[in-house]
Amino acid sequence: MNWQKLKRKLPRLVVNIVVIAAIVIWFVPTLGLLITSFRPASDVAYTGWWTALSSPLKFTQYTVENYKNVLSSGGMLIAFRNSFIIAIGGTVIPVFFAALAAFGLSKLNFQGRGFFYALIVMMLVVPTQMTFVPVLRLYNKLSLSGTFGGLWLVHTGYGLPFSIFMLHTFFQSLPDELFEAAHIDGASIWTTFIRLAIPLSVPALASLVIFQFLAVWNDLLVALIYLGGHQSVAPLTMRLSSLVGSHGQDWHLLTAAAFISMTVPLIVFLALQKYFVRGLMGGAVKG
Amino acid sequence: MARPNLGRAFFRERGMVMRRKTGGLTPLLYVGPAVFFLTIFQVYPALQTIYLSFMDRRSEAFVGLANYKFVFTSAPMLTAFRNNLIWLVFFTAGTVGLGLLFAILVDKVKYESFAKSIIFMPMAISFVGAGVVWKFMYTYKPPGSEQIGLLNQILMIFGFEPKGWLLESPLNNFALIAVGLWIWTGYCMVILSAAYKGIPKELTEAAQVDGANSLQVFRHITIPELKPALTMVVSTMLVNVLKIFDIIYVMTNGNYGTEVIANRMFKEMFQFSNTGRASAIAVILFLMIVPIMYANIRQKLREG
Repeated sequence: MNWQKLKRKLPRLVVNIVVIAAIVIWFVPTLGLLITSFRPASDVAYTGWWTALSSPLKFTQYTVENYKNVLSSGGMLIAFRNSFIIAIGGTVIPVFFAALAAFGLSKLNFQGRGFFYALIVMMLVVPTQMTFVPVLRLYNKLSLSGTFGGLWLVHTGYGLPFSIFMLHTFFQSLPDELFEAAHIDGASIWTTFIRLAIPLSVPALASLVIFQFLAVWNDLLVALIYLGGHQSVAPLTMRLSSLVGSHGQDWHLLTAAAFISMTVPLIVFLALQKYFVRGLMGGAVKG
Repeated sequence: MARPNLGRAFFRERGMVMRRKTGGLTPLLYVGPAVFFLTIFQVYPALQTIYLSFMDRRSEAFVGLANYKFVFTSAPMLTAFRNNLIWLVFFTAGTVGLGLLFAILVDKVKYESFAKSIIFMPMAISFVGAGVVWKFMYTYKPPGSEQIGLLNQILMIFGFEPKGWLLESPLNNFALIAVGLWIWTGYCMVILSAAYKGIPKELTEAAQVDGANSLQVFRHITIPELKPALTMVVSTMLVNVLKIFDIIYVMTNGNYGTEVIANRMFKEMFQFSNTGRASAIAVILFLMIVPIMYANIRQKLREG
């Protein structure tokens, strides 16, 4: 009888064990980073972070010294500001132009729109690597390398195909009759865009904005290519990776710096998870 | 019924009329800026890169296929190809396999959304951040001294010697792939989970009534039903693998036999200032990505 019961419950037990193991494996590395970032340098270098878990509430073993250190002399504060500047411009500009283009391509009837749409979809297959050398040369000629403006423009160029693709899919799902009715009532095309298309696509726009913001915030490669060695404009990712190079074994500093770079994405993720997931699923946005 | 139809004709017509009267200015105002950006940042540079791949390191003289010969025969590039291939197999199989497993398992537990959030979380943070997280996990101290990296501590507890996870080849490639799995499995899980929940219950129940065991249901119903989502996820992971850069750059910079294509291109550009070779690497990367993205986009268009 007992054996029968166990046999019935066993699959459920196995499922729970596997899922809980996965949760632990996915959570522990970040937990270790977080704990380490609050431990004094001398502790970090000689004992594992898990030793702090034996008396986790003994607050004297924690310090914010590492954070003070990396924010000031580590340059993470400036990098934090830079990341914001880069990510805001690198989100607003591409999303605005993508919305315009997606609207034009899905709601205006003009010759060549099939061609333009095909062109944009084709650009989805081009890896950014294909553009680095020529764009960097152009940037050096125009003195755009090492500037925020240059980075905004290049994130616009790289972000547009996906953004247009995603918004186009969404605009296609809005009934044409709506726009035609507004038009008959005397609304200009611009008015139907601003007063009708934009408000109706707030969920899709929110997903796209969050997706693009985090993509730019987390970007390392594009910043490395176009900012050169200019640390004064370097975002968090670049600053963090150069700290890994210069302070490879100073884990008390690296963990604090890494956690600083994660704060904004984690907040955005926890607060707006639904939109973020939708954005990642890209194009598959409905309603 | 007649009115909206009339309206549609009018709206379309109006677009056409404005195009003729104003030289097509209105649509151009909407689509033009995007086309301008794409021309400057995608079309023109991509064509230019193809051209540069046949030129020397400073783009001054035509060198024929010399850069491509470098790409396919030099030792560092062969290492990079080998590693990308290892990544291709293990990263793709790992992310998609684990993603599918978790998608099915979390469906059966009460704390599903919590589990999903935790597994998906690494997607939100940067690869650089994830690189630091795991570099710390892999930290090595010589045997005898106290370990500060969790993985070596676990090895010690079970009586093994600590390992230089990121130093020993080929172990280090798998250590790096594990980081990739940690980051991307959540993405696969979320997409596959959404598709899994979309499978009609009647389908699986009918099969069970007909006497199919759970393995048969999985093989003959779940997998075929998930095929579109699987195509999406697999193609996305394949493209990720080919472009993999940040993790390598931060954790090993391609040293100790961990070089990958994208990192080598970065080195050719900045460390060796050889635009010809960098361009040739980019072109090869492009040619490898095209068929995969083709499948990916076709799938997206079908869904859209």
